[in-house]
Amino acid sequence: MRIRVIGAGAAGLTAAFELLRVARAQNRDLALEIVEKSAKPGLGCSYFAGGMIAPWCEAESTEPIVARLGAEALEFWTQIVPVAQRRGSLVVARPRDRSELLQFSRRTSHFVTLDRPALAELEPDLAGNFETALYFAEEAHLAPRDAMAELVRLLAVEPNVVFRCGVDAADLPDNVDWTLDCRGFAARPDLAGLRGVKGEMMVLRSADIRLSRPVRMLHPRHPVYIVPRPDGTFMVGATMIENEERARVTARSLVELVNSAFALHPAFAEAEVVETGSDVRPSFADNLPRLLRKGRRLYLNGLYRHGFLLSPALASRAARVVFDDAYFPEVMDETERQRRAS
Amino acid sequence: MAAELNAAPADDRLHFYDVALHSRLLVGTALYPSPAILAEALSASGAEVVTVSLRREAGGGRAGESFWGLIRAQNLRVLPNTAGCRTVKEAVATAQMARELFATPWIKLEVIGEEDTLQPDVFGLVEAAKILCAEGFEVFPYMTEDLVVAEKLLDAGCRVLMPWGSPIGSGRGLNNLFGLRALRAHFPGVPLVIDAGLGAPSQAAQAFELGYDAVLLNTAIARAGDPVAMARAFKAACEAGRGAFLAQTIEPRDMAAPSTPVLGKAFT
Repeated sequence: MRIRVIGAGAAGLTAAFELLRVARAQNRDLALEIVEKSAKPGLGCSYFAGGMIAPWCEAESTEPIVARLGAEALEFWTQIVPVAQRRGSLVVARPRDRSELLQFSRRTSHFVTLDRPALAELEPDLAGNFETALYFAEEAHLAPRDAMAELVRLLAVEPNVVFRCGVDAADLPDNVDWTLDCRGFAARPDLAGLRGVKGEMMVLRSADIRLSRPVRMLHPRHPVYIVPRPDGTFMVGATMIENEERARVTARSLVELVNSAFALHPAFAEAEVVETGSDVRPSFADNLPRLLRKGRRLYLNGLYRHGFLLSPALASRAARVVFDDAYFPEVMDETERQRRAS
Repeated sequence: MAAELNAAPADDRLHFYDVALHSRLLVGTALYPSPAILAEALSASGAEVVTVSLRREAGGGRAGESFWGLIRAQNLRVLPNTAGCRTVKEAVATAQMARELFATPWIKLEVIGEEDTLQPDVFGLVEAAKILCAEGFEVFPYMTEDLVVAEKLLDAGCRVLMPWGSPIGSGRGLNNLFGLRALRAHFPGVPLVIDAGLGAPSQAAQAFELGYDAVLLNTAIARAGDPVAMARAFKAACEAGRGAFLAQTIEPRDMAAPSTPVLGKAFT
């Protein structure tokens, strides 16, 4: 079977990986072509992702299906493609925002509440600033660019996989059995109701701060998270703005991100600004992911701010749709989705 | 009979400039888990007016068009706002863009003066209101409950006033009952809307019992555990509060007033 995957971001690469895995398990013949319009894989909105595999934290503001599908990502990123670190995640709030922490704790599960000594043991650099924290011990985090590089490496060594970068799939002949369209926001002309939600992030470097796990700091208007990266940097993200500007980081957003980082730890004031970035998250009106089948073309899209969290679950289902003609109402059935949402 | 006059909510209209409305609940569109839940909540609230922010969503141009399109699709009257504006110039420019985008002269004017409380800069507010009213806008100013500011906004040409209940998003309800009562008493003919600070439906009902004409809220619904159910609860509370106001609540008194005559206790 010849399959073309369009788009080599988190969605496309995990989809390609799962197609390969299912084909191997079922002893199927597969020729896989991964088409990416950029010169290299992994330069779309996944490039700016936080990389938190935090299904239970996300339950605070999403529908239950996100946590359910997202829980599958823990196994994927820690065992199947082991690029994530499973050190849990922390949620904190400044004293003035303690009602936010209370509200967060009421809407989530799988956490324990830490007092200052317990926090000091886990994350010594935070204990000076926070009395209490919520600790989601089972969650994980990864570095998105490293994770995508690893997927590319794993795929590229396979004899039946070809990468075609710098190529527009629209220019290619329709000579494949299946197309998996993982273009994200670029697929909007094909997908009614797909919109972009802008996110901005920055990367800071500080030798004065040590964090071992992502920290979310709650705030009524601009909550942020800080994810430690392997190279001694910290990713600070991310704004959520209902517009579709891709590459335009505003001063106000930077002020918010920096202020929050500074509130988390004063030493961030002297951190080096390594990078700022901005892109849009492909999202449907309910901010839930979709597998949409149109004949022999399957769209995997709408991952919103959950690219790495939801890709594995969507990818494994996509592979089952292609090889087994499977049907997954929770991501394929509009009526089911509407019924559940109501 | 008084009962007949008052118990007829179908005829109880709210007037903003020359527009008559049935619903006295105005709803914001920010902070919802998703546009789909927003749409459901709007429908459950029965609101006829939604407020939309533009300043940040516009980006470098009209980049917010996708989201604004979703709002327009609700077929409700849009009250664009200048949330996030800190100067007169910014607020005026945002209002002008709003008029073009939503084809409405309505503008909810916010000039924020202080970061911690997000309270309005009332000096900038009056100045911006003068400019916008002169340009033909129908201005809904977000203000404190200050009587003098109210007077100046009316002088500027505003015909609706929107005092805060408490700081935006705080959910603390009506902080200054004395001030809000005084404002109501001073401007009996002006539509007054409690804008900001409501957290619970009972607080919305209280605003109506004080004689306020409408309430505007966002966070209380958007960030509730179940926004759609909370929208429904606020709708009911607004109707209850307004109904209570029209029905004329009894005056509180210090001693018990037995509802049936107490026979055989002549000297108590």
